[in-house]
Amino acid sequence: MSETTRETGGARVKRGLAEMLKGGVIMDVTTAEQAKIAEEAGAVAVMALERVPADIRAEGGVVRMADPEKVSEIMETVSIPVMAKCRIGHFVEAQVLEALGVDYIDESEVLTPADESNHVDKWAFNVPFVCGATNLGEALRRIGEGAAMIRSKGEAGTGNVVEAVRHMRSITSEIRRLSTCGAEELMGAAKEHRAPFDLVREIAETGTLPVVLFTAGGIATPADAALMMQLGADGVFVGSGIFKSGDPATRARSIVEATTYFNEPEIVAKVSRGLGEAMVGINVSDLPESERLARRGW
Amino acid sequence: MKVGILGLQGDVREHARLIDAAGATAIIIKHAAGLDEVAGLIVPGGESTTIGKLLDRFGILDPLRERIRAGMPVYGTCAGAILMAREVRGPEGVPHSIGVMDMAIVRNAYGRQVDSFETDLDVAGLDRPLRSVFIRAPIIEEVGSGVEVLAEFDDRPVLVRENGMLASTFHPEIAGDERVHRIFLDLIEEAG
Repeated sequence: MSETTRETGGARVKRGLAEMLKGGVIMDVTTAEQAKIAEEAGAVAVMALERVPADIRAEGGVVRMADPEKVSEIMETVSIPVMAKCRIGHFVEAQVLEALGVDYIDESEVLTPADESNHVDKWAFNVPFVCGATNLGEALRRIGEGAAMIRSKGEAGTGNVVEAVRHMRSITSEIRRLSTCGAEELMGAAKEHRAPFDLVREIAETGTLPVVLFTAGGIATPADAALMMQLGADGVFVGSGIFKSGDPATRARSIVEATTYFNEPEIVAKVSRGLGEAMVGINVSDLPESERLARRGW
Repeated sequence: MKVGILGLQGDVREHARLIDAAGATAIIIKHAAGLDEVAGLIVPGGESTTIGKLLDRFGILDPLRERIRAGMPVYGTCAGAILMAREVRGPEGVPHSIGVMDMAIVRNAYGRQVDSFETDLDVAGLDRPLRSVFIRAPIIEEVGSGVEVLAEFDDRPVLVRENGMLASTFHPEIAGDERVHRIFLDLIEEAG
């Protein structure tokens, strides 16, 4: 007799899809045509959004979930998973994206926040969520709310990897520090990180996050991607870095290859040759506080 | 015994953990030369389009196919099973395939991620049910006469064997139960 019970929407199934994306590159796309280029290049998933972060910076205004029509077009065009962004705390945008059937929702600081105190209750959804974090406490708060995947935030739309490095180093070094704590120190650590105690204790015991940790924000070259992988990322999100560059198809493919062979400098060197112009970068230190997207999220 | 895990993309670490737990030594393989060091290979879960493209671009596809045809045991889960199938049916094909196993498979056949699920499966030769995780899983529509069906779900084969080749449309490695990996290690011993 074959079994017919199907348990959907559990933590293992939601986190499991992120496990399948490991070692891969997830690319921001705004059209079905870009999604096709990303898939051809070897992306493991695409992120559907209205405008890439570099354009959001340039144009300003309120940034919302992408048009469902666009999201559906992208879903019909590619066979790889399709993710889409909702505003922080905007649980109705999340409901809409779930109804469309997207494979993952990014509750993202790149869009204009809809709630300045609360994030979406992600346990209430069957579709899994990925959320950004700048440090371990923020990652654990998001996991506590039901996030099935974490990405370090970086500073989106800058083409500057410095913040991604800062956030990834912060998360991994705080995990290392926790794993050396005695049991009596864990409540103090939970207080310091403003994180759920049970998750703090779990990290102290296992020495790793219970979900996959990707990196995002400012990755523009194959070497950037390999750097983040060597720093401990499970995979890479690339936003403006691809479709704001001179030759998106070639650059996308090179970033995929550098992510797979991140610890083989000969291959990273080979795929970095002759890529044409990279996106124009922004020095993060020149950005006023109010324009720093990584500060969004609580 | 050394067992390779194809390490281009996907849930490589989970497979390596279960191979080690089952008493063999897992080796991550990213180059064709690595295939000579191992007695068998696991093609993990991941994105079949991505893994296929990387196999092709880095010159692993042909040597791998030859090694399997020459008798090297191989176990593919989900994306791995898709890459091993001789025929990929339906609107979603794969650009590059190993194409060694006598079966026809359809990608993402249960629906999208919201339809991904876990369940308990009865597997031939195992004394208690196996926790199995199906993530954007494919469906095996048809198998050749030389293919043995070791487990079914909703009357479709989900764990199949053909000589030294094993394929599952689900992920035992996500549930962390190493019994299917033990079946694979037995196949490697038999191929010895």
